[in-house]
Amino acid sequence: MSEPFVSRGFRGRRQSAAAGRLPPGQYETRDFPVLSAGPTPRTPLAAWDFTLRGRGTAARWTWEEFQALPRETVTVDIHCVTKWSKFGTVWEGVSVDTLLAEAGAQGVEPGPYVLAVSDGGYTTNLPLADVAGGKAWVATGYDGAPLAPEHGGPARLLVPHLYFWKSAKWVRQLRLMERDEAGFWESLGYHNFGDPWREQRYAGDE
Amino acid sequence: MPATSETVSTARSEPTASPTATTAAPAASRARPIAWRLASVVDVVPETPRARTLRLDVPGWPGHRAGQHVDVRLTAEDGYQAQRSYSIGSAPEELAVALTVERLDDGEVSPYLTDELRPGDRLELRGPIGGHFVWDVALGGPLLLVAGGSGIVPLMAMLRHRAIVLAGANDGARHRVPARLLYSARRWDEVIYRDELARLHEGDPTLDVALTLTREPPPEWAGFRRRIDRMMLAEVAWPPAERPHAFVCGPTPLVESVAAALVDLGHDPAAVKTERFGPTGGAT
Repeated sequence: MSEPFVSRGFRGRRQSAAAGRLPPGQYETRDFPVLSAGPTPRTPLAAWDFTLRGRGTAARWTWEEFQALPRETVTVDIHCVTKWSKFGTVWEGVSVDTLLAEAGAQGVEPGPYVLAVSDGGYTTNLPLADVAGGKAWVATGYDGAPLAPEHGGPARLLVPHLYFWKSAKWVRQLRLMERDEAGFWESLGYHNFGDPWREQRYAGDE
Repeated sequence: MPATSETVSTARSEPTASPTATTAAPAASRARPIAWRLASVVDVVPETPRARTLRLDVPGWPGHRAGQHVDVRLTAEDGYQAQRSYSIGSAPEELAVALTVERLDDGEVSPYLTDELRPGDRLELRGPIGGHFVWDVALGGPLLLVAGGSGIVPLMAMLRHRAIVLAGANDGARHRVPARLLYSARRWDEVIYRDELARLHEGDPTLDVALTLTREPPPEWAGFRRRIDRMMLAEVAWPPAERPHAFVCGPTPLVESVAAALVDLGHDPAAVKTERFGPTGGAT
């Protein structure tokens, strides 16, 4: 359909304050909706670790070691493929750049693609270029408090420039890969890259 | 993922190795787009004081699986657009695609769908969407459905599909896919599909329907009268040893507590599929 069909009598609620800040097809919410496809995993911090795995070798941090890494506080807009966007969310976490540098020093070799793997088996795939260069964090805090389990705590990936399903909740591992490998939603009809500004919601969009 | 999703848990602890994966990723980028289609409203059915079912004729509709949803897009005269996701309530076997929409007083899209649309009006949508929260008879049973409020909609698609496929089937076929529904609504008149659920229940010894009313149950009410809790699930749900396929849909607090209770009772987390409903998927 080239021309969108005009819905008789529909006016809608324009969000002028959001102009320029809201990707196409999104609306602003002040809530923080929770979305996940299964029960919320509960991993005790004593059993939690984080792994950055490259070819042949891996770097691993316990919860305490992870807490000792340099931390950043970032304020970002987030956009969920289910159409809501939330402005000015405040997160605390470790930049993926920091993890890559630490892992690199331990001999972990990068690859052009990343697969994030979570407790419960969730996965999502991203190009390395989209988690490096100050674009992504492993967040353990939200709004000044530890990240709640339903929002992905103890730690979730934060990749705010892509639809939020890429910001894997309960993340435990980043695998650096030679080849791209579709993650969970990416295998179930969602877009492989997921740029909200190009409205890449589903496979085949753009 | 309508009331869709950012994140998930699944059975696969290790993603499959290269053969599937390397073809899957490029295939995704080559896939045909999910086209916007112009549906016609065939019928508007009041379900409760707040919910209406829109029965739609969708030219070129590719078919769906029970549990999937569509994206609806409204366009104003000046080009302003709003999109929302709605679950499909009809069975794949039915001709019309039915969406049941609950009116949110402060909503931007739902009041238009419930109050303005008339038979003969048209509506843009695309779908079906979602490949996780789906069930069909071929997947087998037992089936455990837990709904809160309008979270009944995608579960109703599963029950309707099941009823259509099993119509005329022998007892053996029925007993292979027994189903139990536990449905929480606030009040009696807010129970969506109330009469149809009663009919399905009466005509099928392998389907159990349990209702709980959390506010103002009628004086003669003999069903549950509290929020779904672990004890209620232990009473109503299939025991974990039966390995039911569980689908939980409703507002976030209900989904969170029901999913956690099911895991607590010993159900395999990978067999518990969830989907959130509400203004924005259910706020917390």
